[in-house]
Amino acid sequence: MDLINAVIVLLNYTIIPALTYGSQLALGAIFVTLIYGILRFANFATGDMMSFGTMFAVLLTYYFQSIGINFGFLPTALLTIPFAIFMMILYMLIIDQTVFKYYRIKKSPPVMLAMVSVGVMFVTQAIIRIIIGPTDRRFLDGEKFILKATEFKEMTGLVEGLTVKSTQMITIVVTIIVVAIMFWFLNKTKTGTSMRAYSDNEDLALLSGIDPKKVVLITWVIAGILATIGGILYGLDKSYRPFVYFNNMLPIFAAAIVGGIGNPYGAFFGGYVIAFAEIFLTYAYKRFLVYILPESLEPNSLMQLLSTDYKFAISFSILVIVLIFRPSGIFEGKRI
Amino acid sequence: MFLIILVGIFQSWSIALTIFNYCMISAVMTLGANIQWGYAGLINFGIMGYTALGGLAVVLVSVAPVPEAWNVGGVNMMTCLGIIILMIFSTRYILKNIQRSNKRNYLIAGIIIVGLILIKIIAGPAIEQIEAVDPAKTGFLGGLGLPVLFSWIVGGLFAAGLAFIVGKVALGLRADYLAIATLLIAEIVVSIIKHEDWLARGVKNVIGLKRPAPYEIDLQTSPWFINLVEKFHSAKLDLANSLSERQDILNQLVIDASSVYVKLCFAGLFLVVVIILLIITQKALYSPWGRMMRAIRDNEEAASAMGKNVVKQHLFIFILGSAIVGIAGAMMVTNDGLFTPGSYRPMRYTFVIWVMVIVGGTGNNFGAILGGFVVWFLWVEAAPIALFFINLFTAHLPETNEIKVHLINSAPYFRFLLVGIGLLLIMRFRPQGIIPEKIIKQ
Repeated sequence: MDLINAVIVLLNYTIIPALTYGSQLALGAIFVTLIYGILRFANFATGDMMSFGTMFAVLLTYYFQSIGINFGFLPTALLTIPFAIFMMILYMLIIDQTVFKYYRIKKSPPVMLAMVSVGVMFVTQAIIRIIIGPTDRRFLDGEKFILKATEFKEMTGLVEGLTVKSTQMITIVVTIIVVAIMFWFLNKTKTGTSMRAYSDNEDLALLSGIDPKKVVLITWVIAGILATIGGILYGLDKSYRPFVYFNNMLPIFAAAIVGGIGNPYGAFFGGYVIAFAEIFLTYAYKRFLVYILPESLEPNSLMQLLSTDYKFAISFSILVIVLIFRPSGIFEGKRI
Repeated sequence: MFLIILVGIFQSWSIALTIFNYCMISAVMTLGANIQWGYAGLINFGIMGYTALGGLAVVLVSVAPVPEAWNVGGVNMMTCLGIIILMIFSTRYILKNIQRSNKRNYLIAGIIIVGLILIKIIAGPAIEQIEAVDPAKTGFLGGLGLPVLFSWIVGGLFAAGLAFIVGKVALGLRADYLAIATLLIAEIVVSIIKHEDWLARGVKNVIGLKRPAPYEIDLQTSPWFINLVEKFHSAKLDLANSLSERQDILNQLVIDASSVYVKLCFAGLFLVVVIILLIITQKALYSPWGRMMRAIRDNEEAASAMGKNVVKQHLFIFILGSAIVGIAGAMMVTNDGLFTPGSYRPMRYTFVIWVMVIVGGTGNNFGAILGGFVVWFLWVEAAPIALFFINLFTAHLPETNEIKVHLINSAPYFRFLLVGIGLLLIMRFRPQGIIPEKIIKQ
């Protein structure tokens, strides 16, 4: 019985939150990796692009709520996803045409493009703050919990409760669906194969008649979908605040590089690596150990490896370690 | 320069001098970043971390020590420092004397794990006790109580030390990886400063730091200063009708003048630093060493084929540039008189500085200084400028119009727009910056 309780504690406080956070990171990391693999630069505007898409979801949610449309027990924000994605892709294509295209055609070095993306980051941030302002916004509605702690206790008769928030479930399910469709697209369709070819060897791909414009267009479309959905899921689970989204860029980069930049499978995996490491290293294991160990061995301290203040620092340390010992990432990077 | 004088006339001299001082601090940071990017082509997004370390140096050097805290936890913390040094030396010893093998890896891992556990056991209670000493005011070990100007050098040394570690770890990486790695390492450094309260009070901030300039309050009571103000404004004072009215005006003038005077003192000090750095960097750029750095930047393989040690030079220049940024960080904290670890954010301390470097002119020191001045001025004055234009374009709308009110409220965010668009335009139409690199052929 104690063992089950211990497992429930772990599940409740570490595994489910880590899976949720990992899914959100994974979507962002695949976005970074796609841009890196096909357009060949590190996009410093990642966080703000995600924020841009989410902004429309927030505004539309408020609008839908005001005219009385809702999605039953699911959050209204899910209804707004298609519109938000549309706006996001539109914005990305405008940016691409006005800013990035010039450097791509000139074949500027990647550093140049990264600097340009810093400029895009500034502009995007300004637009977001001018439109919606820098304040914290919650836009979650509908049912909050799928499983409440008290219900779970009644159901099973255990001492420890298990809570599953609806946002956690939605995040995990939506991520699985989106990522599955994307991998199917990249591996099985002709367009996906041509994207992979373009990423592997641009000159050979061009020789064999692949249209670079189409590849770039499709990349931005997929990137827009991933960025918007990742952003909305994060916003539903926590809350929407432009500054936080900008900061999220850093663990997302860490996830993409840890997994092997340019490799979507790696990025997907990297997101979970970062999330699990962050949560497992900062979780206070006292309650877990109380159940497992005999009474004489019970710990009196919190049994926490690092304080939660260092959450971000952990993911960055992992990145630094990976960069030193295996710069190409856990999975071999630079392939799509 | 001219614009700053305009601000002085239209807003106030005090604001103009504040902007001027910050411009000079930014110029020093830009010089540092420019050495790395312009001379050697190394991209360092970790400026934030070095700035924070420079600020930390001010606290550790100039604040008076807290004897109670030292009594409670000093010994333990010093032991920990000893353990860390021991760990480093034993690791070095193993690296030197044992062949590359699994055994060596296990040994090093063992040393690190044992060391960390020891530190956790020894430091844990000490930290709690130190933080419990008068937490509202101190709760940290304090510094050495030395003059604050000394800390500028120490700030440079701290930053150089960090740069040495970062350089050893990350300099082998490709350019964009290097950018990300340095940014994330800087984040780690800032989060350590933020959360280790025993070191510099963390997010509780340290206020009332020492100054190399006199305090306003002292100035307002010292007779020589009041006489000076009297002489300076004698025409204005003669206009006063009665003696009491004259005294009132004089008091007001003295208060204004004291803040201007203090800022002038800072401006003088900063100017000295900027000029010294400018002379040194200018000399370095046109020395054989500078030519070698350019050669390495433009073609690494060729330079290394000519017998130049590329790795060593990269590390050296990385340390040099970071040290200058560290000095700037110390200058900034001294100017503010307070250390706020929570305020070190990548936006303000990394990306804006980079915009300065790119806009001003990569590889040209004068360009870097100009970039520091122009971009900082825009960054600060963007809100008033934006407000002016919003009012101009929405003049026909009524005061209660929703769009107008919303735009006026969001005027501060136009600075991002201005700086971003400025960067994009410069990158597109003048990628070498306002003052491009000059190469003197001899």
